[in-house]
Amino acid sequence: MALPSYAGPLETFWYYAFRIICGMIFVFLISPLIIIIPLSFNVEPYFSFSQGMLALDPDAFSLRWYEEFINSERWMNALQNTFIVAVCSTFLSMVLGTLAALGLSRSELPFKGVIMGLLISPMIVPLIISAAGMFFFYSSIGVSQSYAGLILAHTALGTPFVVITVTATLSNFDNNLIKASASLGATPTYTFFKITVPLIMTGVISGGLFAMMTSVDEVVVALFIAGAEQRTVPMQMWAGIREQISPTILAVATLLVCMSILLLTTVEYLRRRSETIRGITPH
Amino acid sequence: MMANTVEADGQLTPEEQKRLTADMNRSLRLRKIRSLLLVAPLVIFILVTFVSPIASMLFRSIDNPQIIEYMPNTSAAVAEWDADSNQLPGEEVFAALVDDLVTGRKNHTIGKAATRLNYEKSGMRSLLTGSARKAARLKPPFKDKLIQINSDWGELDTWRVIKRESRPYTASYYIAAFDMETTPSGEIKFLPEQQQIYLKLFWRTVWMSLLITAMTLLLGYPVSYLLASLPMRIANMLMILVLLPFWTSLLVRTSSWIAMLQGEGVINDVLVWFGLVDDDNRLSMIYNATGTVITMTHILLPFMILPLYSVMKTIPPSYMRAARSLGATPFTAFYKVYLPQSVPGISAGAILVFILAIGYYITPALVGGQTGQFIGNMIAYHMQSSLNWGLAAALGVILLVLVLGLYAAYSRLLGTNNQMSLR
Repeated sequence: MALPSYAGPLETFWYYAFRIICGMIFVFLISPLIIIIPLSFNVEPYFSFSQGMLALDPDAFSLRWYEEFINSERWMNALQNTFIVAVCSTFLSMVLGTLAALGLSRSELPFKGVIMGLLISPMIVPLIISAAGMFFFYSSIGVSQSYAGLILAHTALGTPFVVITVTATLSNFDNNLIKASASLGATPTYTFFKITVPLIMTGVISGGLFAMMTSVDEVVVALFIAGAEQRTVPMQMWAGIREQISPTILAVATLLVCMSILLLTTVEYLRRRSETIRGITPH
Repeated sequence: MMANTVEADGQLTPEEQKRLTADMNRSLRLRKIRSLLLVAPLVIFILVTFVSPIASMLFRSIDNPQIIEYMPNTSAAVAEWDADSNQLPGEEVFAALVDDLVTGRKNHTIGKAATRLNYEKSGMRSLLTGSARKAARLKPPFKDKLIQINSDWGELDTWRVIKRESRPYTASYYIAAFDMETTPSGEIKFLPEQQQIYLKLFWRTVWMSLLITAMTLLLGYPVSYLLASLPMRIANMLMILVLLPFWTSLLVRTSSWIAMLQGEGVINDVLVWFGLVDDDNRLSMIYNATGTVITMTHILLPFMILPLYSVMKTIPPSYMRAARSLGATPFTAFYKVYLPQSVPGISAGAILVFILAIGYYITPALVGGQTGQFIGNMIAYHMQSSLNWGLAAALGVILLVLVLGLYAAYSRLLGTNNQMSLR
């Protein structure tokens, strides 16, 4: 959208003003994420920039809060719990979600609309309602305050993302490839692992990353159904923000921002790769 | 092989036709079963781990077991009593009550029944627990002695409440959730204005969500327009600025807004430094409604930009140029040509943001202070602090109905297969 040559002065002014407004909105979007990075290196136990930091005095910066994070048994424990729960629930979501997506993309499946609605419902229902319901139900069947309960809950919350991404990948899937494989003598199992799996893998992995992000970031359900032993990183952050605000939170937050940059890059890479692969297959 | 499958004129024989049809039906049935088998594990999983919890919450919002369970004799005896008779229940009901009070005190269960009755009529807790302490020493006949201990036992209203709550199901949590009460005579009416809590909170949740939706639209529309009109390569680069916050933990974004907005925070520091704000007079932008609106606008902005962008991407830029070449001013061209075509994106983004906002809990709890709390915070309060789970469940069900209704509108607008624009 270059400025057209027939633009008058008013339009030229608006053209640049509009860009400045958009620039300010981008600043609004990104500044909260940028600002915490220098703050996490603050030597003082405050959430704001000290005089020394503004003067770029090296003594005003330190790795103090990162050390505190690494040496804190609570944080390390929380990290371990988050890891266990995220890995287990992501794996379960990927398996269950991919199977369901394979079924959903078959034309002969009856009640498709109802089933799809049911499967994505965990994404639509507000978390506080899911959390309240799970609190009642999981304690009545005796899995609240356990790893199993938390893993089941996070799996339920993560599967919709796998179902949606894999269904989307399969919607462009060329079924002639399956027939070609069969006509060349491959068994259905062989065809599945050699043809279907490689083609839908990008969808499965990006759905899995969404599910993992859901689990790593999830705090509402965890607050209701996890016990003290299952305390996760978000729960620890929640407690930290409510009780004593210390820059350790900002150090953790900085690490989490780095993780989201990594995840975003991976998902974007996968998305482009899958577009390239699909570009090869004729429609 | 069959001897003869084709008749002389080239048609299949009737037996052969029948056999083929049966074969095909069987094969179709098999394929249907196979596709169902693929879906079944997740359907069962979601039914057990997600739908049953929601169902148990629905049940919890009308379940009323406390009086029947913890005052079994009284609830059975009071069923015989005619609440409209203007006469106190007879001696046998009082005897049953003493029996329940004594057992309830011994098993430490009378408090649960007392709490339940106290939701309906204040003072019932102390009436029950106080009388239970003295009940063991009483000798029959009990009626007058109980009334002597506490004159409330001589009130018809006390007994009407006990009789009403002796039923296994109750609507009283919903009545309370709508800020209403059941008068002892059985009428349902609104509480006085100053005692209304939940309707006000629902109303505040709705209008703050609307405000947040409007803010995200105001900020999201120009950005989406810019992204949709820039060359792909630059747009993709700028898109990272939208996607990065989107992929960042909610708690990270909330805590960084605390760092930005608090009294000693970055924004106040900058304003003081520029001399726009007096140092002793720093703006209070957090722990109130303002904090909730700013933070949630930031958190939900990507959910507005993404659907808007995907719709705007499909609007051919030549339309605007055509309008201009026909003499429209830039404003008219935008208002008459571009805006109407972007409406599907606006409505999809707006409903999505509104649905997400209305169910928020974490952000209002952390930055909302007193005036920025949502209905979700009240549900959490009743779940974790006041332990009035029935009321929490009823509030949850009302919120759920609201969200599902809005979602139905959303999917009608977008078609069910397009949910990926959600994330």
